[in-house]
Amino acid sequence: MFVARRTGQAIVVLFCVATVAFLVVRMAGDPVKAMLPENATVEQEQALRHLLGLDRPLVDQYGSYLWGLLHLDFGRSLFFHQPALDIILDRLPATVQLSVAALVFALVVSIPAGIISAVRRGKATDSSVMGVVLVGQSTPAFFVGIVLILVFSVELKWLPASGMGGFSHLILPAITLGLYSMAMIARLLRSSLIDVLGEDHIRTARAKGFSPTRVILTNGLRNASLPVVTIVGLEIGNLLGGAILTETVFSWPGVGRLTVEAVTNRDYPLMQATVLFLAVVFVVVNLIVDILYAFLDPRVRLS
Amino acid sequence: MAAPADVSRPSPRTASRSTWAAIRRALRRNKVAQVAAAVLLLVVIVGIFGPLIAPHDPTAQDLTARLAPPFWAHGNVPGHLLGTDSLGRDVLSRIIYGARISLLVGVAATLLSGVIGSVIGIVAGYYRGWLDMIFMRLADIQLAFPTILLALTVVVVLGPSLWFVILVLGFTGWVSYARVIRSEVLSLRSREYVTAARAIGDSDLQIMWRHLRPNVLAPLATIATLQVASMIIAEASLSYLGLGVPPTVPTWGGMLSDGQLYIRTAWWISVFSGIAIMLTTLAINITGDMLRDVADPKAYR
Repeated sequence: MFVARRTGQAIVVLFCVATVAFLVVRMAGDPVKAMLPENATVEQEQALRHLLGLDRPLVDQYGSYLWGLLHLDFGRSLFFHQPALDIILDRLPATVQLSVAALVFALVVSIPAGIISAVRRGKATDSSVMGVVLVGQSTPAFFVGIVLILVFSVELKWLPASGMGGFSHLILPAITLGLYSMAMIARLLRSSLIDVLGEDHIRTARAKGFSPTRVILTNGLRNASLPVVTIVGLEIGNLLGGAILTETVFSWPGVGRLTVEAVTNRDYPLMQATVLFLAVVFVVVNLIVDILYAFLDPRVRLS
Repeated sequence: MAAPADVSRPSPRTASRSTWAAIRRALRRNKVAQVAAAVLLLVVIVGIFGPLIAPHDPTAQDLTARLAPPFWAHGNVPGHLLGTDSLGRDVLSRIIYGARISLLVGVAATLLSGVIGSVIGIVAGYYRGWLDMIFMRLADIQLAFPTILLALTVVVVLGPSLWFVILVLGFTGWVSYARVIRSEVLSLRSREYVTAARAIGDSDLQIMWRHLRPNVLAPLATIATLQVASMIIAEASLSYLGLGVPPTVPTWGGMLSDGQLYIRTAWWISVFSGIAIMLTTLAINITGDMLRDVADPKAYR
């Protein structure tokens, strides 16, 4: 029941997103004028307009747009002369690789950092971890990227500054993209663990003589993980949005870079498709997280 | 008839005085917050009095002094404390003028989204029902669009302009206010003073304005402070992509992007502008965290 209701909501949201994307791109003015040279004749203009189906009534266009979406037809790129979805799928592996690496980095750093910080609450370790977290939250991704390039590519010459290749190409972009999520997750895990560690069942476990490490890792962490699961889901959405900037900094050939290219080329169908695609991924990821959450915490299902 | 309503209304004067006292106390205890507040004050002063402070015209080109390094490095051109960029423009002056744009966008977009968000939050929380449902679904849709994507699209459609950037960020930032204030109002609406106000015949509008609005100001102020930092980062991101404010206007994000081209020879262009963004948002975030602790000590995170 919960799953069905939540899925229904996600479908409504996606429908609205598709409509907004359609309207915004139609507001963008006449793509035909932008595509043709200045000295094109009226006949040429009309021919192209007809070819693109832009001479039909708006409702008609909207109908076939939605119908196309149902058949996974996201329109054709004006610039690449290919179906938009093909181009996106072509670029998707690069973005997935980058996002997964960023998420792995974020989790590997944030989980120990959050635990240590919570356990040593108020001590110097805690303040320094929280200091790093605050800086991570306050620094825009592109500046982090540029500093990393400056230090590790320009000065030390250890890692490449741009492009895609082996593992060494992945390190700097992944850290850049993952830093903000790392900070968010560490901060949330710390506060949620501090709350949990103050509860009775933790005191009971301690009184039973279990070692502090075991109490924290089994009793504490399991209960503190619920809010963290939610935020990880939201962070996946943020990673996709952040990919636009990170991929630009490092000339990473993914969907984010493609979006910026579509924008600068005024390739409206491709722009519409990338916006829609990112929104779909975001909604679906959050749907999955919500459902997972309901399985982890029965209270959610009942409310 | 007006008397009971007056009693139920907290006197705004004492409320604000005790809030200020609490903020002063929190500041005295917290050394980091003192530094943050000082940095913030400095940025605001620089932003307001920029033209009086800046040593040079931020757009003046000096082609004989291109890519001059900062004052401590060999080859510095006197008069350019933080060096010059690829067109010989003074980096320090551009950072000072950039502060105005960042602050203007940050504050204006935050005010706009704060007003929209709190009106929606109060109305949704007070009336509940279908109105609430529509607004919360709208919030979901809004969240499904990464803000930067929406901003990109709108800027492409309408053209680069400072005001469009403010409007886009202002209209997309309402969700966090609406959600927090709605949940606050949901619990406030069943309080005795609201029931009392209704009993003496106050209209819905009066209740929302006189009784609910003053009581959501604390969470509102906290979110707004933190939001200024996100707005500044969002503006810088758009300018970095070259899709925000027109490129002729000196902005921190634009400088970072210009500087990246010369990262191997002239690191100072992007590094100083990046530090300006980082220090500003860091100061705002620390101040915002302190305000939240004052407003709601239980929410210590």
